Amino acid sequence: MKILLTYISMLCSLIVIAQQTPAPKQTETIAIVGATAHIGNGTTIENSLIILKDGKISTIVDGKVAKMDLTGMNIIKATGKHVYPGFIVPNSTLGLVEVDAVKASDDETELGSWNPHIRSLIAYNAESKIVESMRPNGVLLGQIAPTGGRISGTSSIVQFDAWNWEDAAIKTDDGIHMNWPNSFSNGRWWLGEEPGLKPNDKYGEQVTEIEKYFNDSKAYNKGTKTKTHLPFEALAGIFSGSKKLYIHVDDEKGIIDAVNFSKENGVKHMVIVGGRETYKVADLLSQNSIAVLLRRTLSLPSHTDDDYDLPYKSAKPLVDKGVLVALQVTGGGMERMNSRNLPFYAGATVAHGLTKEQALQLITLNTAKILGIDDSYGSLESGKSATLFISEGDALDMRTNIITHAFIDGRLLSLETHQTELWKRYSEKFKNQ
Amino acid sequence: MVKKLLLFTAFIFSIAVNAQDYFPKNDGVSTTNNNYTAITNAKIYVTPTQIIEKGTLLIKDGKVVSSGTSVEIPKNSVIVDVDGKSVYPSFIDLYSSFGVEQPKRSTTRGRSAQYDATRTGYYWNDHVMPENKAIEKFNYDSKAANELLKAGFGVVNTHIQDGIVRGSGSLVALNNEGGNEHRILDQNSGQYLSFSKSVTSSQSYPASIMGSMALLRQMYIDADWYAKGHVKTKDLSLEALNSNKSLVQIFDAGSRANIMRADKVGDVYNIQYVMLGGGNEYERISDIKNTNAKLILPINFPDAYDVENAYLASELSLSDMRAWNQKPSNPKILAENNIAFALTTHDLKSPKEFKSNLLKAIDAGLSKQKALEALTTIPAQIIGKSDIIGSLKNGSLANFLITSGDIFDEKTTLYENWVQGTKTVIEDMTKKDIRGNYEFALLGDTYKMSISGELSKLKSEITTQEKKLGSKITYSDDWVNISMTTVDSTKQEFIRIVANVDKNMVLNGKTILPNGNEVSFSAIPSILKNKTESDKKEDDKASHTFIPVSYPNMAYGFNELPKAETILFKNATVWTNENEGVLENTDVLIKNGKIAKVGKNLSDATATVVDATGKHLTAGIIDEHSHIGTDSVNEGGQNSSAEVTIEDVLDDSDINIYRNLAGGVTSIQILHGSANPIGGRSAIIKLKWGESADNLVYNNSPQFIKFALGENVKQSRAQVNMRFPQSRMGVEQVFVDYFNRAKEYDALKKSGKPYRKDIELDVLAEILNKERYISCHSYVQSEINMLMKVADKFSFNINTFTHILEGYKVADKMAEHGVGGSTFSDWWAYKYEVNDAIPYNASIMHNAGVTVAINSDDAEMSRRLNQEAAKSIKYGGVGEEDALKFVTLNPAKLLHIDNRVGSIKVGKDADVVLWTDHPLSIYAKAEKTIIEGVTYFDLKRDEMLRAKIQEEKSELINMMLQAKNKGLKTQPVKKKEKELLHCDSIDNEF
Repeated sequence: MKILLTYISMLCSLIVIAQQTPAPKQTETIAIVGATAHIGNGTTIENSLIILKDGKISTIVDGKVAKMDLTGMNIIKATGKHVYPGFIVPNSTLGLVEVDAVKASDDETELGSWNPHIRSLIAYNAESKIVESMRPNGVLLGQIAPTGGRISGTSSIVQFDAWNWEDAAIKTDDGIHMNWPNSFSNGRWWLGEEPGLKPNDKYGEQVTEIEKYFNDSKAYNKGTKTKTHLPFEALAGIFSGSKKLYIHVDDEKGIIDAVNFSKENGVKHMVIVGGRETYKVADLLSQNSIAVLLRRTLSLPSHTDDDYDLPYKSAKPLVDKGVLVALQVTGGGMERMNSRNLPFYAGATVAHGLTKEQALQLITLNTAKILGIDDSYGSLESGKSATLFISEGDALDMRTNIITHAFIDGRLLSLETHQTELWKRYSEKFKNQ
Repeated sequence: MVKKLLLFTAFIFSIAVNAQDYFPKNDGVSTTNNNYTAITNAKIYVTPTQIIEKGTLLIKDGKVVSSGTSVEIPKNSVIVDVDGKSVYPSFIDLYSSFGVEQPKRSTTRGRSAQYDATRTGYYWNDHVMPENKAIEKFNYDSKAANELLKAGFGVVNTHIQDGIVRGSGSLVALNNEGGNEHRILDQNSGQYLSFSKSVTSSQSYPASIMGSMALLRQMYIDADWYAKGHVKTKDLSLEALNSNKSLVQIFDAGSRANIMRADKVGDVYNIQYVMLGGGNEYERISDIKNTNAKLILPINFPDAYDVENAYLASELSLSDMRAWNQKPSNPKILAENNIAFALTTHDLKSPKEFKSNLLKAIDAGLSKQKALEALTTIPAQIIGKSDIIGSLKNGSLANFLITSGDIFDEKTTLYENWVQGTKTVIEDMTKKDIRGNYEFALLGDTYKMSISGELSKLKSEITTQEKKLGSKITYSDDWVNISMTTVDSTKQEFIRIVANVDKNMVLNGKTILPNGNEVSFSAIPSILKNKTESDKKEDDKASHTFIPVSYPNMAYGFNELPKAETILFKNATVWTNENEGVLENTDVLIKNGKIAKVGKNLSDATATVVDATGKHLTAGIIDEHSHIGTDSVNEGGQNSSAEVTIEDVLDDSDINIYRNLAGGVTSIQILHGSANPIGGRSAIIKLKWGESADNLVYNNSPQFIKFALGENVKQSRAQVNMRFPQSRMGVEQVFVDYFNRAKEYDALKKSGKPYRKDIELDVLAEILNKERYISCHSYVQSEINMLMKVADKFSFNINTFTHILEGYKVADKMAEHGVGGSTFSDWWAYKYEVNDAIPYNASIMHNAGVTVAINSDDAEMSRRLNQEAAKSIKYGGVGEEDALKFVTLNPAKLLHIDNRVGSIKVGKDADVVLWTDHPLSIYAKAEKTIIEGVTYFDLKRDEMLRAKIQEEKSELINMMLQAKNKGLKTQPVKKKEKELLHCDSIDNEF
């Protein structure tokens, strides 16, 4: 325990100007004793004993039942505290943009409409000041996805404490992100059109265009490939099943069309991203085992007449119908920096029908399953990666989300950030005045 | 079918075109026609209420000589016997652009904003053009005149429809034969105004409705100053404005909200505008009545939406659907409320649509008398020409219509429209009306034929053996030509009929069979009335169920404005925000809109008791920085816009007001945006959902103005920069300059010497005189420090820094200056100047003794400000009670309304929220949000309304499908969502 404290204070004092130094590999076995463990699969263990060894959870048991010899371990007494699996933020642009208004710091969108070959990973800035600000809230992993165009590009999954993108990657090129055509288009008032939304009369044409692109790509990948076609090459995994297809679509009709499109075009794993109106088609999604990365819960309804709490409660019908659903952060301004509020987006569903443990699943195990990393991440289970954190209280509520320790693959992270440094520096200044 | 133009001017009445007698004559001898014309045996509507049966109308020289049942007809009279027909005064349209060339949008627009005027010798703002005269751009357009004549109009007041002040119109008679010397009744008739800028100039000010309002106010002041001879230079605009003063002032408002706004401007300068309405006046009819304005109403009622596609239909809002149902009732509701209005063809695609829309209004309950007044006597009164137009009283212009009967009946034919004694024939009066049902025999079979439509454009429907045949009919000069298909529909064969109409309406002639054989033809009209048509009419009536108006008139509105109640909350956890702190198991009594008692075991016999066991009661949430509930945010057309105020542009039907209530918010400050260093004045309002805009504002509201610093005001992200300042250095000088000017201005004002009143400088002087507070948009420490120093220099204090994301770096200086900080909980990284923004900002400022509030600047965040406040517990360890004060008592203090709201204290306004859970928890929902004792949000009521909205929308969809099935026109679905406004927003399309 003493060693650990020294270690933490060392970390703090090391801070000079730049970002936090990534934590070294776990060497000592750590035991977290007495906390309420929120497993991430809907269950909890009160008074738990969690042992982290060689970067993995070697043991997680009910401390009242199992008595173990903890000699030689760093023991963290956590009675009354809570342990959670690291939260996962999917479909994020963290590390791709530093300051929205500064174009030079923006790497989230590439030119052109058909960019399956564009890879987010290599632009991911592991040293982003925004990325490090995720950790003190328990957000430890993310899927980094490009934006824009019809096919935006290929995402990868990273952990948020790394020297560089190579170190950060936990699943490279996991999926391709596609924007489904909009059912509505905006009147361009500056061209004399009536403002407001009107039906997109090119919708059918745009869907046909996607079908053609996928057919061409399938044909290419079956052939001899005498001339390399990078975009088609990149799509191969969609048909073989090694990559998931993330279709960004919000409206009911678009969702149904996208599901049918995937079925008819040999897409092995399709995930709906956004899915504002998925609550209307929960049965269809459940029958077809389509997962959903739901747009941010703390957002405004999209129609004047909608229930004021529609975005808060949209997850519930999906959960009730057995749809695999997780939360993401798009659907409003400040998406990137507000990714640290992911736990509260989950918490918000609780006042609107879900239990706290169901809400937790939406940002842990469900997300891991959808992203295909649930063999190692997403829940507190023995044999899985020791990617977790300890909170003083309920981590889904801002009032009590106060994190004392966080681990990625057993490495004890610094919870300091650019922001905590400024906080301490100026608090100190005024204290001494 | 060949479209036959029946519209022609039959023959010329020379009485109308006598040339001026001093004109030379070189094409013959000089002639003068002194004949009379007598229209006899007519039902004459001298006025809508003075009706003569079987009367005579005697006219001469384009004027009415007399009318009545015993008019003496002079011998030199041409007599037109119109037995059984009706004569009405021709209609008047006061909002017309007839014959006036409308300015085109200037195509040479630069990429950068234009701040200065393009003209010299005129007012400093290009959009003010009282010197414009419609007459100078007038060219009689006989094609357009014919369209109007056919719709029944005889006189229009035409004008240039461009700019904020548009100059004077001209009253023109639609006399196809006379020259302009006859037609022009008044070349200086009415001055027109609007809130919209001219298309001819790119001058950027004003860039919002509130800017237009401010411009108009200052313009009136300047005109007065100019009239008094204080201005040494020439201003042709102000001279024209002053000389147009005696004209009727007609304002293109275009909506109920803008009518209220224009009226507000006019009231200050004792100008009662006549308003061009928008068709939604019924939504707040008593407000409209209170303006005392007369209206000119367009009647472009919306078509039903095409709702067959269920996905598209689900995008329609209840308010748009209601508008379809309710708008035709607007004229009726105005009439019932004794609001005088005229009707106009403005906003219709063509005057052809006028009658069908008018019939919709009559169907919806507008009385025919009122309809006729709105087209004759009222427009004549408005334009001050009742002596010559709008009636058929002696001496009036001979402008009248001859119709087959009641002019507001669908089947009535308009035969002739006389203007200044010149007759335009629309339908031949002698033409027999052959519409009706007929029967004829052909080769042993009985055929039924129904003829309908307009006389000039008939439709036929022929059936035999229960089969409908294809047929076409043409009719002219008493001859009918019909072609129809044969019963055997597999063959492409036609039967042709040609027949003459006799005086008994029997059609006699011959039938030419497909094989060329001819047989005789005779069709006899059925005596039975056309039953199908009257049946249909009844259907229409039945389907016209008027959906009642709610307040506001949209989803979640109240059917009747809710009233304050006496409410007793029992056994609540009460967060007092006072020394008592949080009280467990406590009762709170609300009475007469105030907090009456706080204590244990309270009782009140008249109170509605709410069991609040396990629930929390707090003061209502107050958002120091909001942009909901307004139609404009920025007036960025200049670097200072102190003259504008958000109070002018409140939007009482923004759904985000309701959504904020659902998040426990009761008061907000709506701030001007951050486009310029000196922004506009703010509105501090209570979210009294359902009340009209003006009733939302606090009584004796503290006065605030928005200032701004940093990236926005120096136009960091503009492509082309022209406006001073472009750096933080310049921002300081803008303030110093304006305050110096305000100081000098105020000194002059107080000296008693004459001074030119300047609204902008008045507002800035109020700051110097400590009568107005500044809430300043701010980010980095350098500029925060700077503004405090500028204030020090002019001996006043900055009241609030809003955003203030680097406040934590100068918290000690802020505390010393006495300025409050209203900040975001955790926003950062969206622009360069927020790189050092930290979520610990609130706690550091709080610890340093600064009054701290957490604000939203965002419609979404504002409805969960309690959660944002809770973040300061996480970031910096602020205590729970203090955290709640960040969104209740502290913003109340910053807004100087803490004597009324912000805590649960006996005597304060009963603005409270009942929460289902700990109010700082993500798990809490607002169950009741109460303002001054009125429950504006209630979870149970919300639940009920959801069901009601769905029910009402289904009903409306059914009605629209019925309308479509009846063959009525439909329009495609559009989705109109109000754009969410924030600091950077500018008015669209303005």
